[in-house]
Amino acid sequence: MKTYSAKELIACRVAMEMRYGDIVNLGIGLPTLVSNYLPQDININLHSENGFVGLASVSGIPDPDLVNAGGKPAGIFPGGSFFDSLMSFALVRGGHIDVTVLGGLQVDEQGNLANWMVPGKMVPGMGGAMDLVAGAKKVIVAMEHIAKDGSAKILDKCSLPLTGKGVVSMIVTELAVIRVTPNGLLLEEIAPNITLEEVLAKTEAKLKVSDTLTVMKGIAEL
Amino acid sequence: MNKIVQHEEIVALFKDGMTIMFGGFMGVGTPASLVRILLNKGVRDLTIIANDTAFPDTGVGPLIVNKQVGKVITSHIGTNPETGRQMIAGETKVELVPQGTLAEQIRAGGSGLGGILTPTGIGTVVEEGKQKLTVSGKEYLLELPLRADVALLKAYKADKAGNLIYRKSARNFNPIMALAADLVIAEVEQIVEIGQLDSDEVMTPGILVDKVVCYGGIDE
Repeated sequence: MKTYSAKELIACRVAMEMRYGDIVNLGIGLPTLVSNYLPQDININLHSENGFVGLASVSGIPDPDLVNAGGKPAGIFPGGSFFDSLMSFALVRGGHIDVTVLGGLQVDEQGNLANWMVPGKMVPGMGGAMDLVAGAKKVIVAMEHIAKDGSAKILDKCSLPLTGKGVVSMIVTELAVIRVTPNGLLLEEIAPNITLEEVLAKTEAKLKVSDTLTVMKGIAEL
Repeated sequence: MNKIVQHEEIVALFKDGMTIMFGGFMGVGTPASLVRILLNKGVRDLTIIANDTAFPDTGVGPLIVNKQVGKVITSHIGTNPETGRQMIAGETKVELVPQGTLAEQIRAGGSGLGGILTPTGIGTVVEEGKQKLTVSGKEYLLELPLRADVALLKAYKADKAGNLIYRKSARNFNPIMALAADLVIAEVEQIVEIGQLDSDEVMTPGILVDKVVCYGGIDE
């Protein structure tokens, strides 16, 4: 059996959340991988916060006037459209984006997300992330379950400055799928060959275990 | 009034301590030849308003590297390490603003509005020191208007009346900034006669644009 990296597993599982016709914003980095794993019958429309919908990968010679939100060469599908930053963020805050997928540094039991700065170490700025979490209908955090130094990222309470308060809908990691509910975090799926004990040990937040706990969806088809 | 000018004719307009808005997103849609004028002239202590500080060698990035900026109002500095270094060293003030809020603050500044109400940033450090209002049971932050002495835009085409058309993702903040500065200068790739742009396709009305220069025409 072929083995997959943590990032591939996460991207593959997040792709299962997309519905036909969804308008989707994928953050830079891991979230971008999601578009590689979309089921064949699922056609989504990607929003790029620098000012267009219909984001595609670059085809042919890159056009210096056509880049994605990371400043990298991009393309646009037929039927896409360009607009200015006002329209771009009216779409974001106005509830016109169905799903946004972002990376995370920390998520907590209240659905708070921290992903934009580590005081004194890394202060890149929030870019469009605070608007996206405030306005998108569904906010999926796609991140590795624990930090590189082994510390937990799914916490009782975020210690880093927040990107948004009570904004996260679900968390997808290489170990688990966790939904944010009004009653706290609900563990719904566990990756193949991972035990419940391992997930709980690597999670600082209290997890309720779903009555219908299953193996992570979509991964068997990889 | 003839709006079409050569680069040499606008050099004198730039002064130390000015507040300048720059269109562009990661350098795409930033007027490189106008940035070059500022670099060559060496004006200092600028306050710049731009979506991001791009990369060290693109967009407004070189102005930061060249230490001509005293303050930046922006949403993202992560791709230009020099901005972060100057911020931590206390050399340059950096005010980080959510991207959608920045766009709306500039719109407000150019549209006669006293501010805008946004849910973005509620419950985060962005709300510190700002007024919160509850409208129909939902909390919003009051974000104040932003204006500048000069807005520097990049467009694809202009006619001699200053009407502008942008190309692809290079539009971004340019049309908004055209509203919000005392002096608006656009760098374009092509200048056509009045009547040669379809009025239905004009993206920024020429009445907002004071001066137009053609891309290029300036040496390092």
